Amino acid sequence: MTITAEAVIFFVFAVPLVATALGVVLARSPVYAAMNLVAAFFCMAGLYVLLTAHLVAFMQVLVYAGAVMVLFLFVIMLLSLGDEHLVAERKTVMQLAGVAGGIGVFAVLVTAIWQATGLELIRRDGLFPGIDLSALFAAPSWAAVKVDFGTVKAVGSLLFTEYLLPFEATSLLLLVAIVGAVVVAKERI
Amino acid sequence: MALHWYLWLAALIFTIGLSGVLLKRNALIVMMSVELMLNAANLTFLAFARQSGNVSGHVIAFFVIAVAAAEAAVGLAIVIAIFRTRGAINVDEVRALRE
Repeated sequence: MTITAEAVIFFVFAVPLVATALGVVLARSPVYAAMNLVAAFFCMAGLYVLLTAHLVAFMQVLVYAGAVMVLFLFVIMLLSLGDEHLVAERKTVMQLAGVAGGIGVFAVLVTAIWQATGLELIRRDGLFPGIDLSALFAAPSWAAVKVDFGTVKAVGSLLFTEYLLPFEATSLLLLVAIVGAVVVAKERI
Repeated sequence: MALHWYLWLAALIFTIGLSGVLLKRNALIVMMSVELMLNAANLTFLAFARQSGNVSGHVIAFFVIAVAAAEAAVGLAIVIAIFRTRGAINVDEVRALRE
């Protein structure tokens, strides 16, 4: 097991990502939650770069950390909530049930990933079965990709040929969302 | 890092977002948790795209970002409308459809 630079960078982004994601859920005030969410989006963009998804990382910072978060912050400021809105939490029984449900879903997901990726941690060749952690840190079996993998050119050429119809449908969806947001939020049209 | 690390991280982020949806009453924080869940799905798409060397995963992630932006715009507009008519953004207090 050797520590590669990629592993170091992965944990440099992954640990703050988990911390800020927890901050979103645990923060009292929506403003703090929004700030944690911005940090989480930036860490996620770093992981995207690590996966050589440069265009999507750029879109993440531009659209999520930029546009969507400004929208969230505007709404938080616009509503000007009092303190009584912030401290109201669900009942304890509901909270416990929610945490238990979350842990259950996480256990199912981890087990599914374990089986799907074919991890073999238990060594059976010796006299006694032992746990072999080296499979966890094995070198990734990534496919060999060209230099332009994940760049604007590669993604764009696919977007405008094979995925042209979904792309146009997305533009229609965004138009409907703009009109819908204005109609719903405006007091008098 | 191998594929399973990215998948486990995405599962963890998805679970944190799911707990936020289940635990919080503030509609704004519920929507932020939904954004976290969408991001976790994106991370899975990109990890599998890198694993298989297929750029289609990036295109899907692009669509997910566009749909999330539309969802945020419409959802926040609904939050504003509910706050204006009822003065509440707690998801438990909005039950007009149920009664």
